[in-house]
Amino acid sequence: MGDTDEVEIPEVDSVSGSGIPIRGNDIDTDQIIPARFMKVVTFDGLGEFAFFDLRFDEDDEQKDHPFNEERFQDSSVMVVNSNFGCGSSREHAPQALMRWGIDAIIGESFAEIFAGNCLALGIPTVTADAETIEALQDWVDENPEGELEIDVEAETVTYGSKTIDVTVDDAQRKALVDGVWDTTALMKSNAGAVRETARELPYVESGAIPEAE
Amino acid sequence: MSEGTLYDKVWDRHKVTTLPTGQDQLFVGLHLIHEVTSPQAFGMLRERDLEVAYPELTHATVDHIIPTADQSRPYEEDAAEEMMSELERNVREAGIEFSDPNSGDQGIVHVVGPEQGLTQPGKTIVCGDSHTSTHGAFGALAFGIGTSQIRDVLATGTIAMEKQKVRKIQVDGELGEGVEAKDVILEIIRRLGTEGGVGYVYEYAGSAIEDLGMEGRMSICNMSIEGGARAGYVNPDETTYEWLEDTDYFQDNPEKFEELKPYWESIRSDEDAEYDDVVHIDADELEPVVTWGTTPGQGIGISDPIPEPEELPADKQDTARRAQEHMRVEPGETMAGYDIDVAFLGSCTNARLPDLRRAARIVEGREVHDDVRALVVPGSQRVQKTAEEEGLKDVFEAAGFEWRNAGCSMCLGMNEDQLEGDEASASSSNRNFVGRQGSKDGRTVLMNPQMVAAAAITGEVTDVRELPEAEVTA
Repeated sequence: MGDTDEVEIPEVDSVSGSGIPIRGNDIDTDQIIPARFMKVVTFDGLGEFAFFDLRFDEDDEQKDHPFNEERFQDSSVMVVNSNFGCGSSREHAPQALMRWGIDAIIGESFAEIFAGNCLALGIPTVTADAETIEALQDWVDENPEGELEIDVEAETVTYGSKTIDVTVDDAQRKALVDGVWDTTALMKSNAGAVRETARELPYVESGAIPEAE
Repeated sequence: MSEGTLYDKVWDRHKVTTLPTGQDQLFVGLHLIHEVTSPQAFGMLRERDLEVAYPELTHATVDHIIPTADQSRPYEEDAAEEMMSELERNVREAGIEFSDPNSGDQGIVHVVGPEQGLTQPGKTIVCGDSHTSTHGAFGALAFGIGTSQIRDVLATGTIAMEKQKVRKIQVDGELGEGVEAKDVILEIIRRLGTEGGVGYVYEYAGSAIEDLGMEGRMSICNMSIEGGARAGYVNPDETTYEWLEDTDYFQDNPEKFEELKPYWESIRSDEDAEYDDVVHIDADELEPVVTWGTTPGQGIGISDPIPEPEELPADKQDTARRAQEHMRVEPGETMAGYDIDVAFLGSCTNARLPDLRRAARIVEGREVHDDVRALVVPGSQRVQKTAEEEGLKDVFEAAGFEWRNAGCSMCLGMNEDQLEGDEASASSSNRNFVGRQGSKDGRTVLMNPQMVAAAAITGEVTDVRELPEAEVTA
């Protein structure tokens, strides 16, 4: 095997853009991207199917949903409530949101697999308490063109004349700020130590462990 | 932080190093793949000119999109055929073993791994599927991952993770008639909430858990994720070892069984292990649980009233109101008598042999209600074969059930098996999310397999313990 092609991983110190409120607790990944749109072997083109069943009725007529509203079409910071992204582990969910135009999500809480999938795409998932989130959703509703700035390193969100404290998980913050959120090359560089670990495990047969490169 | 638990021990044995992010790099002992979440990861490997690092620790099957009626190739649906072809190409090129439909070993990934003895205590197991937590039933540390993480595992044999807290869920007492492992986990999720497990791994313990067979333990660990916990496990014991001894791997390598047993014993949680939290559940108090809403946490005992949204915690009220509107249920009433159109016996939660046997005992000598479409989708080709040999297929078909081939089927409606319009289903699966079973107006009531069988017969949600002449001798 040759050396890994270096993949450039941008540092994500901060994200700014206008906001879009998606209200409701327990919004699962089946809502974010219904399973029938996953019958594909690439993630290309998933953006248009984000929240599809919440956006369109059976006759494909638009329903009330922020993703359908003209005023939010350029938004890139989504503001959500609690347990967002629960359910299926499908990365198709953050892929669809990213391809629609979402660069960061602020919420009360996130399901773990979803947050991990977002991190793998360089999308911050930052948290604040319920009251703060509701105030932020209301502000975004009233100021659809208003700019929000998420400072990932300082753990703040600035909007209007306000700067509020938010929480960014430690590992997520370091990964984003230092540009190591795509972990493939980093972990591959430890291949020797990986083989060592494997050799110490009684259930791993020696034949399953590759020779040193 | 926890200390001396199975989680701590297995984590330590698999830790390669601490990454600059503070996350640990963990070695992955078994990587299970299927057709929906892996093709993009193989695509990323090709883009980066990377190869699969540990193909022998990787195992594939096809489950999500496979038709359960006509499986002749090419599949009727082009998209399904394309996904299957892509998987075939990827496993061929990488030299990955594939339990394909011609092998007689195909099935839902979380049924296949345990059947073949790939799932073992003390392994780290990952799969691009949130129900990977199932494998924790064997004392493995198993969790679902996304596609970028699949790329990591394929390329490096490892994954970057942060260590979590451990909550012990102690279930003591005995389960009554008609009450199953499924009811235990639905009750746990009802009590702790769908997000209660975020940041935690669940250790299931206590006499009611120890009394369960492996299939029941799998049903419980399977739905850990519905309670927000990415992984759940049961400490390995004699029940676990008996299962393992009969599997292909240990039948083929009998010396391995004695060789590995000390390792399995060593990773059990210590008597004096420290936990971040402990929760007690009394199994004697449980009755069959059914869901009234659109999250797995919205469950109640079959004889309990559907809650008034106003009586729930403030942050649950909106979700409850919307759920009750979608499901068309009234607070104050019980779920018993709720009309159903479809009965689905299947999924990685409840489509193993004992699940089908218990349901068949309810079905035997009865007929599916005229207004109900009922189907049985065995969890794997092996389950299907044994069930057919035991005569279960005949029992189900005589009653009016359709008997299908193995796959995920109507649990998530990615193949032809879907709800239509606003149909209501009694389902042995794991998610009652809006749209989950293929129709956005469809309504799903989660319950245990015996309860699904009872609902199929009566055409409505029914307490299986009250079904007239329920004591049919098989």
